[in-house]
Amino acid sequence: MKLIIAVIKPFKLEEVREALTSVGVQGLTVSEVKGYGRQSGHTEIYRGAEYVVNFVPKVKLEMAVADGDVASVVEILAETAKTGKIGDGKVFVMDVEQTLRIRTGETGEEAL
Amino acid sequence: MKTLSKIAGISAATALIASPAFAEAGVEAAEHTAFILNSVLFLMGGFLVFWMAAGFTMLEAGLVRSKNVTMQLTKNVVLFSLAAIFYYLIGYNVMYPLGSWSIGTDETGGYLGAFGVAILEAVGVSAENADDIGYASTGSDFFFQLMFCATTASIVSGTLAERIKLWPFLIFTIILTGLIYPIQASWKWGGGFLDTQWGFLDFAGSTVVHSVGGWAALAGAIILGPRLGKYAKDGSVIPFPGSNLPLATLGTFILWLGWFGFNGGSQLAMGTIGDVADVSRIFSNTNAAAAGGVIAALALTQLLYKKPDLTMILNGALAGLVAITAEPLTPTLGQATLIGAVGGVIVVFAVPMLDKFKIDDAVGAIPVHLLAGIWGTLAVLFTNSDATLMGQIVPILIVGAFVFTVSFAIWYVLKLTVGIRVSEEDEINGLDKAELGMEAYPEFARH
Repeated sequence: MKLIIAVIKPFKLEEVREALTSVGVQGLTVSEVKGYGRQSGHTEIYRGAEYVVNFVPKVKLEMAVADGDVASVVEILAETAKTGKIGDGKVFVMDVEQTLRIRTGETGEEAL
Repeated sequence: MKTLSKIAGISAATALIASPAFAEAGVEAAEHTAFILNSVLFLMGGFLVFWMAAGFTMLEAGLVRSKNVTMQLTKNVVLFSLAAIFYYLIGYNVMYPLGSWSIGTDETGGYLGAFGVAILEAVGVSAENADDIGYASTGSDFFFQLMFCATTASIVSGTLAERIKLWPFLIFTIILTGLIYPIQASWKWGGGFLDTQWGFLDFAGSTVVHSVGGWAALAGAIILGPRLGKYAKDGSVIPFPGSNLPLATLGTFILWLGWFGFNGGSQLAMGTIGDVADVSRIFSNTNAAAAGGVIAALALTQLLYKKPDLTMILNGALAGLVAITAEPLTPTLGQATLIGAVGGVIVVFAVPMLDKFKIDDAVGAIPVHLLAGIWGTLAVLFTNSDATLMGQIVPILIVGAFVFTVSFAIWYVLKLTVGIRVSEEDEINGLDKAELGMEAYPEFARH
């Protein structure tokens, strides 16, 4: 089992969610987050005063998937979240030691 | 408020002209009808100008940070009420001494009006016993004039937002509405020396109302100092984005609506074809000037900053309205639009300029009311041939010097005695929690 974390542009969320559902991702946790990468923020002007927005709003998706699904999920994320412009975000994949479905007590890939 | 028809001599003459024997058939209403219509104009104009208090409140609530919103709401509703009480107790007769000047006379020029509370006509007054049958009921006049006084005080609260203590602000409001505003207003509208000696023209108060609020706000902003963190050590300006732009926009629209009463009511008469036509002309010009201010600010912020700035556009609308206030009658619709547009341009350049001087004006009231007010007072020269260059410039300077100096002195004394600024900790936590213990948006998360 792997945990996939994707940080994407907020306006892509709906498109990405639909694509993930179509490849069988059954659970998704979404958070509104702020942060910066190599882009390191951008400038805005308010009432004639320029200021730096250090933290850019992003959406963070977290989903646990079976080992066999990782490649397709990462691929679909890369396809649908991409605009080709700076700030598209990143995908992280990490191992998951155990999963438990609280209601039934199922564990492992059964619980995904 | 362009004329002095409250003065007994003039009103007698008006009464003569308006009497049926002298009126051309079908042109002028009978004297009683004119009295009624004039009073209705004042009452209608008055409740529109009253509504401007709501406009200022919403504009300020939207442009300050959420931690200071309840304080702005509190200040605005209380300052309006203080204005109502002190204009009754002192202001009204100081502003309209009807010849009974404490210093000066109608002929040589009045400088300080009469002292005494405002008294209305008796219940169910008859035409014979009306204070001025050739004008309007005293109650309608008082109601209308009070709203202008309150407007002046509203202007000050926005500039000083987010760091001033409640009570010293209220003390200043009392002095402003009871004395400062009425004294200088008497110089023009009460028939004082700016009117008689200088021939000063200020129809509804670009100078008498708006610049006065602006000067008082400027003096306060200088003594109070900028909000914590507004100007970085390297001199750069740190923006504090407004907490609620829908409210700021609603406030601007409310002010725009109220301005029809502000300027239209200042025709002071609705008993003839000419007067009614003038009132409608003023409504149209007032609207045109606001539109001009909006479009100028929209275009300029797009050009200068690559994106339009809504807060500047809102300020632009108000600057256009302030600019047309000194002369909303004589311009054509095109001229009114241009006069308003220049007001919008002034705002876009003046907001960053004030920041350069580290004068922190939380809502842009100084560019809108003081600078566009000066522009509007000068713009009278373009469309009204009765205006003279010195007759406009000198009163602008006299009123400015008087209001700024007196306000500066009062703010300074308040600073030395009771203190006018909240503590650093209170300012960071927000005035709502520190001074009132009540938040405007208690259920919203903060980050």
